[in-house]
Amino acid sequence: MDETPREFGFRTRAVHAGQRPDPYTGASATPIYQTAGFVFEDTESAAAYFNLQEYGNIYSRIMNPTVAAFEERLASLEAGVGAVAFASGLAAQAALFFALLEPGDRIAVAKALYGGSTAQLNHLARKLQITLDWVDMDDPDGWRRSVTAETKALFAETVANPGGNVLDIELAASVAHEVGAPLVVDNTFATPYLCRPLEFGADVVVHSATKFLVGNGTTIAGAVVDSGTFDWSNGRFPSIAEPSTAYHGLKFHETFGVYGLLMKLRSETLRDFGAVLAPFNAFLLLLGMESLAVRMDRHVANALAVAEWLGVQPGVGAVRHPALPDSPYRSLVERYLPRGAGSVFSFDLESGREGGRRFIEALSLWSHLANVGDTKSLVIHPASTTHRQLADDELAASGVAPGTVRLSVGLEDVDDLLWDLERGLRAARGSAVTA
Amino acid sequence: MNEFQDRRTIQEIVLNARTVAIVGLSASELRASNFVAYYLQRHGYRVIPVNPNEEHVLGEQVYPSLRDVPERIDVVDVFRTPAAVPEIAREAVEVGAGALWLQFGVISPEGARIAQEGGLPVVMDRCLKVEHARLLGRMHWMGFDTGVIAGSRAGSR
Repeated sequence: MDETPREFGFRTRAVHAGQRPDPYTGASATPIYQTAGFVFEDTESAAAYFNLQEYGNIYSRIMNPTVAAFEERLASLEAGVGAVAFASGLAAQAALFFALLEPGDRIAVAKALYGGSTAQLNHLARKLQITLDWVDMDDPDGWRRSVTAETKALFAETVANPGGNVLDIELAASVAHEVGAPLVVDNTFATPYLCRPLEFGADVVVHSATKFLVGNGTTIAGAVVDSGTFDWSNGRFPSIAEPSTAYHGLKFHETFGVYGLLMKLRSETLRDFGAVLAPFNAFLLLLGMESLAVRMDRHVANALAVAEWLGVQPGVGAVRHPALPDSPYRSLVERYLPRGAGSVFSFDLESGREGGRRFIEALSLWSHLANVGDTKSLVIHPASTTHRQLADDELAASGVAPGTVRLSVGLEDVDDLLWDLERGLRAARGSAVTA
Repeated sequence: MNEFQDRRTIQEIVLNARTVAIVGLSASELRASNFVAYYLQRHGYRVIPVNPNEEHVLGEQVYPSLRDVPERIDVVDVFRTPAAVPEIAREAVEVGAGALWLQFGVISPEGARIAQEGGLPVVMDRCLKVEHARLLGRMHWMGFDTGVIAGSRAGSR
């Protein structure tokens, strides 16, 4: 070996990481290993796999080579040591907290959060005796005031859904590490192309890969990525550091070191939860991620153009795009999201709830649906859909007003997007729409 | 620390070593040292256990110290408390071992310096099993980032 191994760039890894030419057939695309089980070489190998002494394929509820290619690619792009994929973003999040927490623990959670995450955490708290300490992530002292000696994790989104609040990652990480807790960041809206929270001190990243990672709205998927830098043996995480009854007393962190959390998540939590990603879905994710950088640049440019245009339209109140010059998050965007703040943002119609209904009904190009991060431009009225389960005060805390509309700007020609929005705004103002 | 996690050094050790003396190899199947030794044996390395408290581990004769090992050692792989490392490093230099490898959490800048001054390449806070699996084995089946990027069959080994 006379050559120093090359550190490949982000776009190269987006195309290649996790995937090698198939050694048996030479297939260039990642084969879809659509199989439940894998034939063992011999009984000793089988025993070694089950004992975790040797990495080997056992059963697709625990691992699958197509899924593993997706996991490795995401880990590479996020600068993590590895990843475990799940059937959805919420499954990934639930599994992570289930692995980390014990009854009686507390977690500090940003109030500005995806409604589905808020609902899930309330559910987990009720069933598992976890206490949630809700944090105003915009308050510089918010995290410090909310953590206690019992806090086992801090949790927030890089760019919050739908308020566009930007997390001060380094600040939250420093508070987390003062109390010996990991900072967990949902990086769904930024993607590793726009921001890599692990490089700013976050310990674990979770994703809904359903959004920009697959990029085309075809696939529900999620993942947990670990930095490998958190000390799970600091006396606060017995499920990672202490002997596991499921593996004859194995200590995950001692035995697997930087891979301890991920081994635990895969061989215990995923195994027992069963919320596994399908190989075909992993294949779609691999295709999508190849073009992540190219797509995100266009998403960012289109979204900024739409946000700037909305800012000068009659009948439009606040436009909450974090990269706009008057945004309170502008300096955090420059620090953490220099390539752009993504393409999901919200704005308020002055005509309120009824105006929101008329706006959405008048659109013909934008799709009214409950997803984001698609090639297609999407629109939703959170108060009546994604955030419908939240009480009024929770709604306000999430940055949602009755007339708030959330956009996920796609890759279409921006003039066509503005043409349609113009029709919606006219309807919201109460004027007749002419096609 | 990154000085002792150099990818090229790691590659050279993993690819070229044949005989690995494991200092602190436990007879308990639940300990990381036993996991690593078992794995290395399965992948064709000769494992020499070094532990004053054992006689036979994984079918191999155990030696009380590196000085007692009667053959050439390519890598000294350490599963001991960091405080024990400087002495182990001195012994590794004395017996002419090929490299010093300190496992996860075995962090001893002094031990590393002693070995380096004796001419031994040093890897610290890394696992020999993991690095083998990453470069040559099946770690990519577990969703870990192996760092392997290849579009050709040769590049992917």
